Amino acid sequence: MELLLEGFQTALTPTNLLFAVLGVMLGTAVGVLPGIGPAMTVALLLPVTYNVSPSSAIILFAGIYYGGMYGGSTTSILLNTPGESSSVITAIEGNKMAKAGRASQALATAAIGSFVAGTIGTILLVLLAPSVAEVVVKLGAPSYFAIMLVALAAVTLVLGASKLRGMIALFLGLTVGLVGTQTGQARMTFDQPLLADGIDIVVVAVAIFAIGEALWVAAHLRRRPLDIIPVGQPWMSRSDLRRSWGPWLRGTAYGFPFGALPAGGAEVPTFLSYATERKLTKHPEEFGHGAIEGVAGPEAANNASAAGTLVPLLAIGLPTTATAAVILLAMQSYGIQPGPQLFDNEPELVWGLLASLFIANTLLLVINLPMAPLWAKLLQIPRPYLYAGILFFASLGAYSVNFQAFDLALLLGFGVLGLAMRRFGIPVLPLIIGVILGPRLEEQLTQALALSQGEVSTLWSEPVAVLCYLLVAVGLVGSILAGVRRRRGGDGDDDGGPHYPNRPHAGAEAMEVG
Amino acid sequence: MTDLDTRPTEAGTPRRAVDVAQYGLAAFVGLVGAYVLYDASGLEDGFADQPVQPYALPYVVGAVLVALGIALAVATARGDRPEAEEGEDVDLTEPADWKTVGGLAGVMVVNIALIDWLGWAITGALLFTGCAYFLGARSILRAAAIGVVLSIGTFYGFYSGLGIPMPAGILDGIL
Repeated sequence: MELLLEGFQTALTPTNLLFAVLGVMLGTAVGVLPGIGPAMTVALLLPVTYNVSPSSAIILFAGIYYGGMYGGSTTSILLNTPGESSSVITAIEGNKMAKAGRASQALATAAIGSFVAGTIGTILLVLLAPSVAEVVVKLGAPSYFAIMLVALAAVTLVLGASKLRGMIALFLGLTVGLVGTQTGQARMTFDQPLLADGIDIVVVAVAIFAIGEALWVAAHLRRRPLDIIPVGQPWMSRSDLRRSWGPWLRGTAYGFPFGALPAGGAEVPTFLSYATERKLTKHPEEFGHGAIEGVAGPEAANNASAAGTLVPLLAIGLPTTATAAVILLAMQSYGIQPGPQLFDNEPELVWGLLASLFIANTLLLVINLPMAPLWAKLLQIPRPYLYAGILFFASLGAYSVNFQAFDLALLLGFGVLGLAMRRFGIPVLPLIIGVILGPRLEEQLTQALALSQGEVSTLWSEPVAVLCYLLVAVGLVGSILAGVRRRRGGDGDDDGGPHYPNRPHAGAEAMEVG
Repeated sequence: MTDLDTRPTEAGTPRRAVDVAQYGLAAFVGLVGAYVLYDASGLEDGFADQPVQPYALPYVVGAVLVALGIALAVATARGDRPEAEEGEDVDLTEPADWKTVGGLAGVMVVNIALIDWLGWAITGALLFTGCAYFLGARSILRAAAIGVVLSIGTFYGFYSGLGIPMPAGILDGIL
């Protein structure tokens, strides 16, 4: 508690408050733009945070993160085409509400719900992360190795419609992670001195998210203009509020635990929340035609899950969503290594970050409710300028890492890979997680075996490690059995999941990528 | 590449069209795996304090990639079709427009080739203008104007805002 108050002191200085406002505005503005999800927002805005002091950069960043999340929901309410699968549900009911002339109420319940969920989620994060870190810090290399295996298996096997495609993405990512001379010998460097330090992950992330997406959109650019629903000042009546608060709280309860789990993500809790609200509602006839509960619950679930994601990220150093992966890269670029030691080594920074999450969340509500009509205007940017702008800023972001034309060539190469992945329905997340965790997996294995002097049994010498291997085994068996049953059942349903209207076949991507 | 048909074939349909382009992806995955294996075979034993040999992980990754490439090829032949990703501005009912993509890639190649010589302030403007042109901007002059403002703006934004001097290229001394 004391530490958190100190964190507020760091975050509430005039300069840092300015950074928080700037971050929230930038994050929302970029997040609202169609075709840009939270992960891409964060990746594109990375260069903005270079050369600012680490604590200010992190505060700026917290604002960008929450702002980007919020911006995405505005887009999916006002355009009936969800950009990321976690806002599919919001788009269903939210857009129906907007079409029925209740866009203001949909935006209001989304904004206030995000605020409620974000605040509760951040409180839970503050309570949980330090104690998780305390447990994790005592674990040895064998346990770390096993935890990373769980994360990789979960992201690959649990999420997405096609396990084969998930595996392809993961192993392509691991291949990228091999490049470099970290083992003392040059691996996969093609005798290029520029590759000796490995491939910069920022370049890979920007390429896969931004360039891949822009090229993919260019190949299928909608030539007919989208209907954009005009919106006034967001507001809600007392009866809207009465119908919203329950869904907000239940959505939060679904979202946070799923976000904190290695493969939870935001998609499942939004579906669960929608199903629950549909069952509990006193206005079942409105569902499918714009029920406010159907916006309030899933939006809260979405945001609570975003806060939950930060638990494994800060306490273990484990990114579980695309956005978390990019945040991890950002923190590393300031020389901060998220993980259990973080709370001991950099208390000022962590608590500053946690405090600024509260501030960013509050600023979002204060700034964005009145500014919603302005954000809605951003949806009308002519698409040629929008996507040219994305390519421009993505190139700038990659170039600014080292000011080398070589990085731009890598950007283009991985961008084309990103395009192919979208064309062939290969999920993006396992690749990014593979690039990040691959080298660390090898490092932990080396460390574990070095301590045991090559004795392999050390790998299952810790209870946490054994538990992790059991989890992976159960997951593997389960997914094989599910595959067999599906083949026998003969219907092409994806994982036997519940059916919802308009559920898009979102490229086997179950995260907030895009 | 073949055109996209994103609607998954109904389960009852007797014949499924094979997505030929997906063989290309399978080949790519297999080739990457093969190269990883080849590269691993050239590595020497590690130092005495390296219990995990430098070639251990590459062998695993390479072998799995080759297997995955074969598995994808088999799945493709059996009628597996990808679910292409959707998005706000994506219209999958129209066939893919590879000309636009080619144009954009070309503009990016030009940027790579010229950036060391001309500097970001010039090539960035070219990049924006070229991309906007290939994406169908109505007024090329307007695109160019925005491009120049963006590239000069970001150059000075980095210089004075973030304190990072970007290589100025040919305009060294002018900017």
